[in-house]
Amino acid sequence: MRQRIGVWFGQGVGAFLILIVCLFLSLPLIALLLRVTPELLATHIPNETVQKALWLSITTAIISMAIVILIGTPTAYFHSRSCYPGKSFVDTLIDLPLVLPPAVAGLALLLLFGRTGLLGKYLNVIGIDIAFTTVAVILAQIFVASPFYIRQAKALFEQLDPAYEETAKTLGSSSLRTFLFIILPLCATGLTSGAIMTFARALGEFGATIMFAGNLPGITQTMPLAIYAAMQGDFDVAITISVLLVAISLAIMLTVKLLSEKWRYNV
Amino acid sequence: MFKFAASKQLRDFTLDLSIQVADEEIMVLMGGNGAGKTTVLRLTAGLLTPDCGTIETGKKILYHHHSKINCPVQDRNIGYVFQNAAVFPHMTVYDNVAFGLRARGVDSQTLANRTDEWLERLAISDLATVRAGHLSGGQKQRVALARAMATEPDLLMLDEPFTALDQKNQIAVREWICLCVREQKIPCLLVTHNPADAEAVGDRICVIDRGHVLEDSSSFLRS
Repeated sequence: MRQRIGVWFGQGVGAFLILIVCLFLSLPLIALLLRVTPELLATHIPNETVQKALWLSITTAIISMAIVILIGTPTAYFHSRSCYPGKSFVDTLIDLPLVLPPAVAGLALLLLFGRTGLLGKYLNVIGIDIAFTTVAVILAQIFVASPFYIRQAKALFEQLDPAYEETAKTLGSSSLRTFLFIILPLCATGLTSGAIMTFARALGEFGATIMFAGNLPGITQTMPLAIYAAMQGDFDVAITISVLLVAISLAIMLTVKLLSEKWRYNV
Repeated sequence: MFKFAASKQLRDFTLDLSIQVADEEIMVLMGGNGAGKTTVLRLTAGLLTPDCGTIETGKKILYHHHSKINCPVQDRNIGYVFQNAAVFPHMTVYDNVAFGLRARGVDSQTLANRTDEWLERLAISDLATVRAGHLSGGQKQRVALARAMATEPDLLMLDEPFTALDQKNQIAVREWICLCVREQKIPCLLVTHNPADAEAVGDRICVIDRGHVLEDSSSFLRS
């Protein structure tokens, strides 16, 4: 009996903790959604500020994700398959943006690419100005979001049974063919979820963008920046953009879950 | 004829072996864990490089230390069936068997004929459109064997092919292996730690320990 009471007590504490976490995570969103009415959305979604921010956020996040995939996939593969001096340092460097405050990342990017920056002063001479442009938005997004993909890809390549790759090679397959037809498809689920998380992080990027790219409507004002700007003016616009971001985030999380369930091979 | 006379310094000992396997002959490599059995297969496949020596099949020198010959893995033409079969789970059985032929750029007619032929020989034609990830252990072994044989290798190597198979499948896979080796008239190197499997399938048994041959026996010559 005493043992059973102990089990009930343990289960009760567990349930209470889960409830606290769920409330903490959902109540702010509920508070936000309670302020929304269909009329409010209908009035403000066509708003020029909202439209520009939405378009800019989605296009820059897609471009950032595509660049991270194109460069991050082979980088992660070579990194996971090779042993070289300073490998653990490179590992740390890849993970660094995850713990670096985004504002620091933005400032660092500004000191590199700004008009008087380490590289920027040379780029400025040949007429290339990066800071406070849409390119700066993309660079800031890549800087903060790339670890989400590269870390995932690195772990996937390291965990994949080398027998698949070795079998393909003994069958006469070149390294490129093996990579494209064996390794990539076997890691597709994880790579896709890594890419989607990168997109989501890029979409929500604020600190590095405002420091490095500024807050220029239509050029560098992404959705999080538009929320910040609207807070000082039309609060309803801020709520509308926030709801759109919540909807996109939920759609992303659902997509990741569905894909990982659908593409699970019996490896 | 397959000839292996090579050495390699491993972490705990130096592997130094000399073995020969005739065409149509199945040599079983036996020994305890870490004796160097799989290392012999990996050295032969080109997945590891020996420190010195020679490795050759009847048609090709795969490795020759003094002549600095070290044939790339892709060009060795060796059928290697790994311990877990390593069928590609995202491909169909047909695509698995055809993989090596596609990789070698075989023309589509030959590819289709040879793939169908090996699917039929190993009685897996009815599984051709099934994703390999959904197969049982015995079926995976047959797919791996068909995939290796479809490339018409000069040597067949199998690493613990009977592990994780029930008795019925073990007997079937033994028969398939013998069939493949006799029909294609190629040498075969098979690694197992199970004496019953060794006696059932092997023409010769070579027992190795810490990288050296303890016993090379022809007493199990099949009738």
